[in-house]
Amino acid sequence: MSSEPSAATAPVLEARHIVKTYGGVTALDDVTFEARAGHVHCLAGENGCGKSTLIKIISGVERPDSGSIVIDGEEYGHLTPAEAIRAGVQVIYQDFSLFPNLSVAENIVLTAQVADRKRLFSAGSTRPRAQAIVDELGLDIDLDARVESLSVANRQLTAICRALISDAKVIFMDEPTTALTRTEVSSLFALVERLRERNVALVFVTHKLEEALQVSQDLTILRSGSLVVTGPASDFDRRSVTKHMTGRDVIESRHLNDYDATAAPRLSVEGLTLSGAFRDVSFEVRPGEILGVTGLLGSGRSEIVESLFGIYPAGSGTVRVDGRQVRLHSITDAIDAGFGYVPSDRLTEGLCLDKSIADNTISASLDRHRRWGIFTDRGKVASTIDRFFTALRIKAPDVSAPVRSLSGGNAQRVVLAKWLANDPRVLMLNGPTVGVDVGSKEEILDILRAQATRGMSIVVVSDDVPELVSVCHRVLVVRRGRVTHEIAGDDVTAPAIESGLAA
Amino acid sequence: MTTRKPLARLKGGNNEGVVVLVLLVVVVLMTVANPEFLSFSNLFSIVRSSLVPTVLALGVLMVIISGGIDVSFTAIAIFAAYSTVTWVGPGGAGAVVLLVLACVVGAALGLVNGLVISTLRLPTLIVTLGTSTMFKGVLIAYIGAQYIADLPEAMARLGNANVLSIPSGGEVANLHVFVIPVAALCVLVWWVLSHTMWGRSLYAYGGDPEAARRAGFPVVRAQIILYTAVGVLAAVGGLMHVTLSRNANPQDLVGSELDIIAAVVLGGASIFGGRGSVLGTVLGVFLIQIIQNSLILVGIPSVWQRAAVGAILLLGVGVQALSAKRTSRKVFAYADEEVVAA
Ligand SMILES: Nc1ncnc2c1ncn2[C@@H]1O[C@H](COP(=O)(O)OP(=O)(O)OP(=O)(O)O)[C@@H](O)[C@H]1O
Ligand SMILES: [Mg+2]
Repeated sequence: MSSEPSAATAPVLEARHIVKTYGGVTALDDVTFEARAGHVHCLAGENGCGKSTLIKIISGVERPDSGSIVIDGEEYGHLTPAEAIRAGVQVIYQDFSLFPNLSVAENIVLTAQVADRKRLFSAGSTRPRAQAIVDELGLDIDLDARVESLSVANRQLTAICRALISDAKVIFMDEPTTALTRTEVSSLFALVERLRERNVALVFVTHKLEEALQVSQDLTILRSGSLVVTGPASDFDRRSVTKHMTGRDVIESRHLNDYDATAAPRLSVEGLTLSGAFRDVSFEVRPGEILGVTGLLGSGRSEIVESLFGIYPAGSGTVRVDGRQVRLHSITDAIDAGFGYVPSDRLTEGLCLDKSIADNTISASLDRHRRWGIFTDRGKVASTIDRFFTALRIKAPDVSAPVRSLSGGNAQRVVLAKWLANDPRVLMLNGPTVGVDVGSKEEILDILRAQATRGMSIVVVSDDVPELVSVCHRVLVVRRGRVTHEIAGDDVTAPAIESGLAA
Repeated sequence: MTTRKPLARLKGGNNEGVVVLVLLVVVVLMTVANPEFLSFSNLFSIVRSSLVPTVLALGVLMVIISGGIDVSFTAIAIFAAYSTVTWVGPGGAGAVVLLVLACVVGAALGLVNGLVISTLRLPTLIVTLGTSTMFKGVLIAYIGAQYIADLPEAMARLGNANVLSIPSGGEVANLHVFVIPVAALCVLVWWVLSHTMWGRSLYAYGGDPEAARRAGFPVVRAQIILYTAVGVLAAVGGLMHVTLSRNANPQDLVGSELDIIAAVVLGGASIFGGRGSVLGTVLGVFLIQIIQNSLILVGIPSVWQRAAVGAILLLGVGVQALSAKRTSRKVFAYADEEVVAA
């Protein structure tokens, strides 16, 4: 953990007394923060507490209302993005901020050339420079592919490469590991170690607390825009961090809702096969039951639910909902059959970022809000929107705020609201709490339990083992496209799932 | 690591290959229908009618790449050319003076667009619709509404200058000298788009404006330069138009925006921004000119030509939407045997 006493190294970067408000919302209230060379500083806090905002102010993307930033002894009232980059600040943004229309190689090198105030673009040196950093990280990405064609994980890796290519003094990583596999995460951490030896200051934002405590030397916790505590990471453990973040004790134990295990199955899947993705998958889910599906990234766990939702129609197999066989050739079929799906990549698949919370909430369930099948029932729409806005405790000034202005975790709640508003018979969720803080995570799981108690069948795809243990009656483990283990009842424990994954 | 498939390379980054294919099909069909089509005189006349649209399309291309849309370029073109002709009068002033004067006017009008768009961050379509009407009004009200047949000497002379004259079937087929500056402009714009940071900033901004800002691109400055440059290109195009038609009519060009935009979109530029190439644009312009020319050759009334251009625009956009859908298809993790074996 911490290698030398913090006081020995002077901070390379200080943000002093930063205040930032958006309209009436105070995103940051007199926050002071510093990053030291050779240290990893973890910035933690609930969704919407202002972590990303602080990063955007230091990187010059947002202007603070007051306060100042000191980099290497030089004080700035505010910075422009170019000044910040030249001063040695690099950011891996939560939403990546890549250029979807350009190649991976160009994405990696372009910003460095902007910062160097280049006038000419040296197309020839683009590929070798990008190749060098990709090789150094031991990655396998197609440098000529356009970023829009990449998976989320590869986009995240591209953003990481871009931040590392210039000789940065401070690197901010805003939830850099949400889409990465375990091996990719460990090679990122190995790299973080190497950067630390080169005396780079790193700032790490994550909701995975073990990860945070494992890599960082310093820790700062924000709550509702204010600084709660800052100090050496070795002074904290999971419980104290959670307590500082939420202001209360969060219980993360196994806690299941009741359901009738003898009832007729709501969903029964038999011999479902999608060539190249998964084979001969069979399972049943009863009303009120919460089923977990887990597996390593790329095991086919996501494809199973995506196929049930009609995104990649299965080649063979039968699916019954409430005993009736259904055809799932398209998303419309799936919705008609009573399925709802909360996708893993919420920013690109689940939401319309420039539309309001209200519009997004109602977007999947317009048909349920019609009078005589034609006219939109405005009163009903408004009451649905209000109900979910309050029930899911979405943190925003009001329902007309665009989703883009929400913090990452709050955007996730909007996706959930969108599908709950449609009141599906089977709700499938892929990584429902990725990027959600510990406190809200329990709240979201509670919402799922409450929906299940009302009779909804729920399928949770996740690689977060404690989450599965906490909420699932049964867990299926998928390996290389097949269901290899089924763990049920009291056997659902973290070691059992871990061993299923490893077997 | 995957290597590009040869077929994909032929198709080109922006579907240029598809446009070439369509172009070939049209040429073959037309030649069968009317062998006159492949005569030098007809080919040269297609090239001649493509000169001005190509210059204007280069400007439109840059705007579309940056994620905007400009409908004021035709107004700027005729404003710059007509006012230059009016101010200089039928007498002297060399070609260079005319060119500089027109470019200054074009740059000034483009700058107005650039300032409004970049500082007020208004939608580009609305801004240029407004300025276009404004420029046209100012031109007619303050500069002149008369048709001018007496061009400045230098222009009148240039109007009849050819680089190549080939006798073909009794008459002489002439290739106009403007092919040289137009080709040079194409190369220049290609180089700027692919080899300067400003050019790349247009692609970046068109891809994701917020990401471009975060990457430190001087986006306000880049947009001001962009619309000014488009103004200059429009002025050059306008001057060429007046020279080629041997008279200056303040009502000309305005109204042909759609043809140019259609050509650029057909050439693979995405109306959502971030995508497009000079090669595709040139091909798109040719395709539209050839189709219009063919419709005339086979005797279709000119009202239908407008409808044809509209249909072509829809086709171009439709193809883009379809191919966007196709590329979003997913590749699964395993080959089939692996799943079976596991
Ligand atoms: N552009 C904006 N307009 C209005 N409000 C905004 C804007 N950007 C952020 N906010 C608000 O500022 C607050 C802080 O948001 P921020 O993105 O910094 O949270 P965060 O700590 O990064 O959360 P998460 O862990 O969910 O990513 C939130 O309440 C958010 O709604
Ligand atoms: Mg955030």
